Amino acid sequence: MEEKVVNTSLEDQEFVLNMGPQHPSTHGVLRLLVTLKGETIQKVEPHIGYVHRGIEKMSESLAYPQIIHLTDRMDYLSAHINNEAVCLAVENALDVEVPERVKYIRTILAELTRIQSHQLWWATFGMDLGGLTCFFYGMRDREKILDIFEETCGGRMIVSYNTPGGLMYDIHPDFQKKVKAFITYFRKTLPEYDRLLTGNVIFRARSKQVGVMSGEDAISYGITGPSARASGLSCDVRKHQPYSAYDKVEFNEIIYHNGDTLDRYLARMDEMRESMNIIEQLIDNIPEGSHFTKMKPVIRLPEGEYYQKVETARGELGVYIISDGGKTPYRIKWRSPNFSNLWILDKISQGMKIADLIAIGGSLDLVIPDIDR
Amino acid sequence: MAFNIYNFATLTSWIHDSLSQSMTPFWTVFTEMVIAGVVVLTFYAIVGLFLVYAERKVCAFMQNRVGPNRVGPFGVFQTIADLIKLLFVELVSIKKADRLLFNVAPFIVIIASFMAIAAIPFARGLQAIDLNIGVFYVMAVSSLGVVGILIAGWSSNNKYSLIGAMRSGAQVVSYELSVALSLITIVVLAGSMQLSQIVEAQSDGWFIFKGHIPAIIAFVLYIIASTAETNRGPFDLAEAESELTAGFHTEYSGIKFAFFFLAEYINMFIVASIGATLFLGGWMPFHIGNLAGFNHIMDFIPPFIWYLGKTGVIIFIMMWFKWTFPRLRIDQLLTLEWKYLLPLNLINVVLMALIVLMGWHF
Repeated sequence: MEEKVVNTSLEDQEFVLNMGPQHPSTHGVLRLLVTLKGETIQKVEPHIGYVHRGIEKMSESLAYPQIIHLTDRMDYLSAHINNEAVCLAVENALDVEVPERVKYIRTILAELTRIQSHQLWWATFGMDLGGLTCFFYGMRDREKILDIFEETCGGRMIVSYNTPGGLMYDIHPDFQKKVKAFITYFRKTLPEYDRLLTGNVIFRARSKQVGVMSGEDAISYGITGPSARASGLSCDVRKHQPYSAYDKVEFNEIIYHNGDTLDRYLARMDEMRESMNIIEQLIDNIPEGSHFTKMKPVIRLPEGEYYQKVETARGELGVYIISDGGKTPYRIKWRSPNFSNLWILDKISQGMKIADLIAIGGSLDLVIPDIDR
Repeated sequence: MAFNIYNFATLTSWIHDSLSQSMTPFWTVFTEMVIAGVVVLTFYAIVGLFLVYAERKVCAFMQNRVGPNRVGPFGVFQTIADLIKLLFVELVSIKKADRLLFNVAPFIVIIASFMAIAAIPFARGLQAIDLNIGVFYVMAVSSLGVVGILIAGWSSNNKYSLIGAMRSGAQVVSYELSVALSLITIVVLAGSMQLSQIVEAQSDGWFIFKGHIPAIIAFVLYIIASTAETNRGPFDLAEAESELTAGFHTEYSGIKFAFFFLAEYINMFIVASIGATLFLGGWMPFHIGNLAGFNHIMDFIPPFIWYLGKTGVIIFIMMWFKWTFPRLRIDQLLTLEWKYLLPLNLINVVLMALIVLMGWHF
């Protein structure tokens, strides 16, 4: 057979780098096919599904209180908020009014979840940029929140504390004291984060004007959460459609306008401060009363379709339930924030360097099990 | 002179005399070379092990951790335990890797750093080779290491390794210039390239004090450029574990990996030594003008301790950089060198030449 020699000039050759599914900076089993020209990125093609567990399908054969335990395993850093989504959907469908106490506790725990999620994000984001010390600072402070979770919920990360109609059990007697101690502590240590990373000249150079996402892009790709709010998009579910006790607290929706990596970073940093404000407003005012509403032993939703959305640490999480009147949902669909946030990666990282891709990926704060479900 | 009590020339000449009494001149030189080789090699290994331990303790200190504290008192034997582990790790051979180059690369890297350490004056008379172009020699051999890194990245047949190696090539070639120019600033002041003479010239004051502002600028530039030249954070783009997993040594395991690892630390030690020798007076004690009493006390601290202390300070600064700064991007790295450090360095050399010509230095 005649051997064919194809002459391609070096200019036309593409260098395809297979980043993942095992890579230190994809934060899980995400696989990115990166087409490079030198170090400049031409195209990023995400391949997902490495941790697909079929949570939606499994939910079809589980009762509603059981589904809660699967939701923890989606976005494991927003476990408590994921639980809340199902609980709110079921409660709204059945027209159950939960006690005020439950609403307050749910809100406080949701905000603590948001803080610990952002702490972990900060820790790993710093590491993505090469600042290894950030990781230890973030983890040190996150530990305090996990201890609070452990005491009240029993679990540290996978809490499963919510249940349709209320909470699994009442809060630990030390809960309020510990949370207040944590707020005092974290108000002191959060400025350390700024001193270590935010003001650093290398960090600024690495993040400013990197991965710029316009407001239009954010809308057309369905970006939510801090990533969208950094592009000037007001999309905080807590503000627009308040659930639990969010209508009883005063807080600002953090909005930045440049849409670059630095703004996404600053948005999350400010969210941590704002979450502390929310907790401070609620922690002393938790009303007395029962921590649950009596529900029927077998929960059956009336035939119909139900949708509930909540604001997780990464954006808008929606649960869409179709019920045929049985004790299990006919179909359950999750609108996960990470799934939508992932696909902008290609658009905003074109023309950037490999190091920028890592920074952008870090600033989108993706949790892979939530993408695959 | 007071610090003659610590003159190692007495020891070395005694060894030379006693050897030449019982041997022919050829065998005398041969035996001396073997002794020097063994001593330097031992020192090399000890420094490598100690620096790995020091880095762990320093980074633990920066990161609210304790660091190694289980193996031996304060964990001092941790690195030895790790070394033994690395010796037992399987040497994975890569399919489609260029077998010869893949195996040769770690040795090139480690030999380059080994050669550089020979020219460093540790104390008066304690120097393996005292070349009259010592500064030039050290710069030349320490830049050979990048050849090993390039070969390692190329022969691994791994895309991450290749990117890491190419980055390293661009980086080291660029920063070599700044290192050289900042050293030339001092060579202009000293009027010599022989390391022992450069140290002797600082007996009445270190060059960083003698050379006015240009010497201080040169020192700062040297610290930045040499951190980059040794591929350490925030300039560790060749490894960049968050981007390239482990860069050029991704595919290396066991003792071959240990060679790269050790060479990195030794390179850090070498650049810190050169920095201490040229800017901070090497093993010279700290003297202040005519304060005879103070100067005399300083003379009693052994020169080797002075040398290690100064080197240690520079190494600590480099570790401090690594554990607090995020990493630069490749284009920012090259911009920093070609647009800022290099022009600044050129101006600085001219400034120093002017000062020396006009006799404005001390």
